[in-house]
Amino acid sequence: MERRRSFPDVLAGGVFVLIGGAFVVGALGYELGTPTRMGPGAFPLLVGASVVALGLAIVGKGLVAGEVISFGPVPWRAVAAIVVAVLFFGFTIRRLGFVPTTAVTALLTTLASARVRLLTALAVAAGLTVASTLIFVVGLQLRIPLWGPWLGF
Amino acid sequence: MELLDNLALGFSTALLVQNVLYCFVGVLLGTAVGVLPGIGPTATVAMLLPITFSFEPVTALIMLAGIYYGAQYGGSTTAILINLPGESSAAVTALDGHEMARQGRAGPALAAAAIGSFVAGTVATVVLAAAAPPLASVALKFGPADYFSLVLFGLIVSIALARGTALKALAMIALGVLLGTVGQDIYTGTPRFVFEQRELYGGIDFVSVAVGLFGVAEILRNLENEQTRTAIVSRVTNLWPTREDRRRIVAPILRGTGLGAALGVLPGGGHVLASFTSYAVEKRISKRPQEFGRGAIEGVAGPESANNAAAQTSFIPLLTLGLPAHPVMALMIGAFIVHGITPGPNVINDEPALFWGLIASMWIGNVLLLLLNLPLIGLWVRMLRIPYQVLFPMIILFAAIGTYSLNSNAYDVYAIVFFGILGYVLIKCGCEPAPLLLGFVLGPLLEENLRRALIISRGDPSVFVTRPISAALLALAVAALVVAVLPTIRQRRAAVFTEEE
Repeated sequence: MERRRSFPDVLAGGVFVLIGGAFVVGALGYELGTPTRMGPGAFPLLVGASVVALGLAIVGKGLVAGEVISFGPVPWRAVAAIVVAVLFFGFTIRRLGFVPTTAVTALLTTLASARVRLLTALAVAAGLTVASTLIFVVGLQLRIPLWGPWLGF
Repeated sequence: MELLDNLALGFSTALLVQNVLYCFVGVLLGTAVGVLPGIGPTATVAMLLPITFSFEPVTALIMLAGIYYGAQYGGSTTAILINLPGESSAAVTALDGHEMARQGRAGPALAAAAIGSFVAGTVATVVLAAAAPPLASVALKFGPADYFSLVLFGLIVSIALARGTALKALAMIALGVLLGTVGQDIYTGTPRFVFEQRELYGGIDFVSVAVGLFGVAEILRNLENEQTRTAIVSRVTNLWPTREDRRRIVAPILRGTGLGAALGVLPGGGHVLASFTSYAVEKRISKRPQEFGRGAIEGVAGPESANNAAAQTSFIPLLTLGLPAHPVMALMIGAFIVHGITPGPNVINDEPALFWGLIASMWIGNVLLLLLNLPLIGLWVRMLRIPYQVLFPMIILFAAIGTYSLNSNAYDVYAIVFFGILGYVLIKCGCEPAPLLLGFVLGPLLEENLRRALIISRGDPSVFVTRPISAALLALAVAALVVAVLPTIRQRRAAVFTEEE
């Protein structure tokens, strides 16, 4: 196997160092306690430090003898559409109610595909809204109001 | 004949009308997601988990289990017909299965897979019923220190089996454990890493983690290269294997079943390892190794049996120790807890109807799968024509609704986005998502038992090496770590995985 500098390795290691480091900093703010009575900060500190150490090891290995992986393209459009759609769902489900939230979320999600056509998107969104209302609200009786306070209900 | 009494209890539970019905729903859904590339059993179970909260516990678990082993079944159909494994363990089946389909022998290939899976499922269910009670009684003697070592051992073995580098898998586990610490501390009640948000006090919901890592991240991967799926599905004719075929598949099915039943117990993708190992074994002992890769029916029957047997026996650590061997098992732990049952050695005594009912339902599920798969193969073939543009919005939407309905907490929905993006980036960098989920689910268990063990020993850490069970498990964990990291063994392990890939 060919070994060389590997961007994905460095990136992955960086992510580990970043998240682990954030938890270490956070954990220092909590009581550490003694070995007999460990405080709330002790375990996260221990694990966070391990994540940082492992992350550094991955970065180090990535700089000298990394795994050869092709990172490939990033579908920015899909990332944006899905992130916005799901955040929209979380933010408005209580405010707009089930039906409008579901319809808009479905429509936003269909935009993730670069080959989407408007008519298909509308049809998919309408179909999914009807289907999920029937499945979740009528069938499974989830307690989510169909229309929310923002619409005057 | 205690076993027979227990099985009788199990069947009387599993044969209740609603249990058979939801077992059927489970295997049907499982087959569907197994057939469809781009959505796996983990994401499906995560999405459907909230729905099962209103069910009886045993009904809920029967359905979720059905999704899991149903998906192992369905994955082979896609692998054989369009050379696209719907599930990772079906990758081996595609080698010879698809070759057979191209030679017009798709029918016998599907039949060999279905019959092999059925035999394996039946045998493995008996193994599960026989092996679980003694293991559970051993596990009852475990103290906190032993449990800590057991969880650590389970996590480390899962990297020894995972693909990709051991270092990254280890980091993923640790990251999962770390993210599991978000929320109120169990001993002092101090809220940790919650950014003053009350919604985070209960911690991050593992459903969000699973849906993000296995649903959203996977969809983003699939949207990288959009292409119309090649819908050239060979027509399936002549399902029944010839006499020659039947003679050739008997031994591989039996060997595959044995291998799968043994390897399925190991944490972390034992079923994938089982199908690869079975393929390698069949190829080595075959009198016609040159036929492998060119449509050898043994190469379909063996691995399919192995992977189905492993799917059944991977319930052993879950039901006896409360340890998940697969991300789906991790979600089932959640299902147990929601219904107020702590998974572990006590389940068998406290909830005998549930325990034996679940086991018996697996056999019923295997019968249902056989009935579903062979006659209805045309239906599954047609399902492959559903365009992805309809499928992925449905997955995202159902994931969001399902996760929200858990606790009516918008933060659970936001967490999907976070884990979707995190998972996507890390998967692109060559990290496997499964260890993170296992770490996330087992992390709180690890912390609780570590702290409890230290309280009992008055802060003396030597308790982990002086208790014999704990010491043995830690020694095994170290051995597993060495195996995973040592270069020579790693190369051989890589060879098992990459052979013919």
